[in-house]
Amino acid sequence: MDGNMEHFTQTKSSARADTASAPIKVDCQNIDVYYGDKRAIEDISLEIEDRSVTAFIGPSGCGKSTFLRCMNRMNDTIESAKVTGKIFMDGANINDPAIDPVLLRSRVGMVFQKPNPFPKSIYDNIAYGPRIHGLASGKAEMDEVVENSLRKAGLWEEVKDRLQAPGTGLSGGQQQRLCIARAIAVSPEVILMDEPCSALDPIATAKIEELIDELRERYCIVIVTHSMQQAARVSQKTAFFHLGKLIEYGDTERIFTNPEHGRTQDYITGRFG
Amino acid sequence: MSSPTEGQANTGSFVTEEALQRLKKRHGAEARFKLYGQIAIGIAIVALVTLLISIFGQASSAFSRHVLSYDLNIEASYVDPDGTRDPDEIARNVSGFNLMLQDQLADEFLTDDADRNDRRELYGMFTRLAVLPIARATADSPETIGSEQVFNVALADDIDLFLKGGVSARKSIEIGEVAGGEGAIESGVTLRLASQDDAEKLGATLTEFTRTDVDDAPAVALIKAGNTWYRLDNSEGRDLALTYLAGPRALPAEGAAIEALVLAQSQANRTVTDRQIAWTEILRTQGRIKSKFNTTLFTNSDSTYPELAGTAAAIVGSLLTMLVTALLAIPVGIFAAVYLEEFAPKNKLTSLIEVNINNLAAVPSIVFGLLGAAVFINFMGLPRSVPLVGGLVLGLLVLPTVIIASRAALTAVPPSIRTAALGVGASKTQSVFHHVLPLAAPGIMTGAIIGMARALGETAPLLLIGMVAFVAEVPDGPMDESTVLPVLIYKWSTGAERAWEPQTAAAIIVLLVFLVLMNLIAIILRRRFERRW
Repeated sequence: MDGNMEHFTQTKSSARADTASAPIKVDCQNIDVYYGDKRAIEDISLEIEDRSVTAFIGPSGCGKSTFLRCMNRMNDTIESAKVTGKIFMDGANINDPAIDPVLLRSRVGMVFQKPNPFPKSIYDNIAYGPRIHGLASGKAEMDEVVENSLRKAGLWEEVKDRLQAPGTGLSGGQQQRLCIARAIAVSPEVILMDEPCSALDPIATAKIEELIDELRERYCIVIVTHSMQQAARVSQKTAFFHLGKLIEYGDTERIFTNPEHGRTQDYITGRFG
Repeated sequence: MSSPTEGQANTGSFVTEEALQRLKKRHGAEARFKLYGQIAIGIAIVALVTLLISIFGQASSAFSRHVLSYDLNIEASYVDPDGTRDPDEIARNVSGFNLMLQDQLADEFLTDDADRNDRRELYGMFTRLAVLPIARATADSPETIGSEQVFNVALADDIDLFLKGGVSARKSIEIGEVAGGEGAIESGVTLRLASQDDAEKLGATLTEFTRTDVDDAPAVALIKAGNTWYRLDNSEGRDLALTYLAGPRALPAEGAAIEALVLAQSQANRTVTDRQIAWTEILRTQGRIKSKFNTTLFTNSDSTYPELAGTAAAIVGSLLTMLVTALLAIPVGIFAAVYLEEFAPKNKLTSLIEVNINNLAAVPSIVFGLLGAAVFINFMGLPRSVPLVGGLVLGLLVLPTVIIASRAALTAVPPSIRTAALGVGASKTQSVFHHVLPLAAPGIMTGAIIGMARALGETAPLLLIGMVAFVAEVPDGPMDESTVLPVLIYKWSTGAERAWEPQTAAAIIVLLVFLVLMNLIAIILRRRFERRW
């Protein structure tokens, strides 16, 4: 397992060096997702750039969350779900049965709609991932990982005095940033966010958005959102989904100012959805 | 809306006649439902309180026991006829001790010409095995042989019951003083009462206690004059014709106080004879009968004599059985639940298994007893009546309960915890054992303990695997013959003697205490583990 990890890390750095000019992090090709007999995603192909924020927008039930969950194979946990197609990450097809989803998820972190910290201390929430992946040896190193992760998530100043307090005792916004810190702690390359602000008030939302903007410098971030304004504010690329199909994908600025498709136009102007 | 000053006239459609009526109906339904609920709770509480009062009322007499404190002269010729002073020999010589006690009692209470029936009547006040503790104590310190020692000798259950107010309805009255007497102890005594009023009082009490619905069942009176006891044969005016029962053999002096103990039943109809009552009363007056907390109930094993029967063997048997049950049902139940809930694929086979687990929980417990008898005893050849087999049967019995409770606890863990763990790259097993199981632990433990409590109270399946055997020894291990508390209760409740009744109630209380303790542990564990977060 450790050898495999090393291999992963090496390809990561070399891939970054090679593709510095056109940094495509995730390349999805002809993805279909079935829930039982229902086809939830229909033949979507999409390239996601590294070190940028890509937003998925679309009305409820359009498949944007399902598509997001393909990228760390969370759909594997749903028994009736079946994913076909190829997703290349640094040249490796992550849908290949030989790729262990456990390893994949250590490289593709995820933040969920509802803040879901473990009912453990703040410290243990962050330390859990590094601990199971063996990313820190010894207490001092782990302390450092925890501090760094919390700093990156902008939570350090607020919780540094009560690291042993339960994570569930934080406010909603703090809990969500704790979850982001938890995702960062395993040093992923891609962070998937599934409507991370839908359960938060505007002030907490603003903080998260600010954080996403900072994280963009190090990570490839994909965010699913219902808020058009949020997509416009934080993302560089936007993909519009409708009824399981990718309708339009491009630079955020262009999508919001000059969409090619009538449906996209209708959605972003609020005529439906 | 309307302004308050305009009053009802302008309240619009909110308070139309129909709307008000509908509202009234709805409020009525609400009040009715509340009332039904309160009635239901009330019935439950009344039932519980009645149960507890009746059990504790019956058991209260079993928790105390009357003993005779007796100065026993430990004579070597009885207890150690060979003069070996061997403790084992002494402890085994129960009949020698018994004979010694009987002879010393006879010396005190009987004349030399007493016949076998007289002696039997006297010895009947004690159980043969009442000397067992005396024999053991003497064996432990043989140097006491030849000296006088004070022992507490357990009285027979009927005497004990009489002292607790049972055996016969009765009333004690004072009827003045002796105004004269004649006759001899051997042939019959006539005593004259000092006042006619007292004679009438005695007559009235006798009439009061005579049952009218049974022919030829007159009440009887035992008369105590001075310290001597007589039975009243008949009375004429102030003259009482009496038969001597017990006590000093001289006629009472004039002016001696005279009392009557009126009993509704004659000695032919009760388990304690007139003379035994007289002896008991004399001993009581002398202050030699004491009421003690009945430690026998907890230190002794089962016995055919209620006054010597205890729950010790059954308690140990129950604990051993529970140990086996816990070792089987809890780990197997939890792992089965975890597998079914977290890992098993959802297909026809697993849903068939699920349905059958739920069905098994509803199978009558006696069926499990049949299964145990067939599989463990007949097929596997394990011995009967042992806690190992009992524990295995009860383990199978509570397994579905544990599985269902554990699955409910696992289902109650929010799925977001699982996805959170998977999201940071934990494997399925890690997410279950690091996050889901600890969160479900309080519920699982509660389920397990409730299941164990059910097993503790089971009787039927154990009857079928022979745990109803009479066990007089505390079992040494799970392969030793034993019985358990509920079976002991069942056995005692079928005992013919009256004294088994309070004894049974007392055993029920012992069982209830264990059940309450287990539930308490369940509550404490749940609180403890829930408080962590």
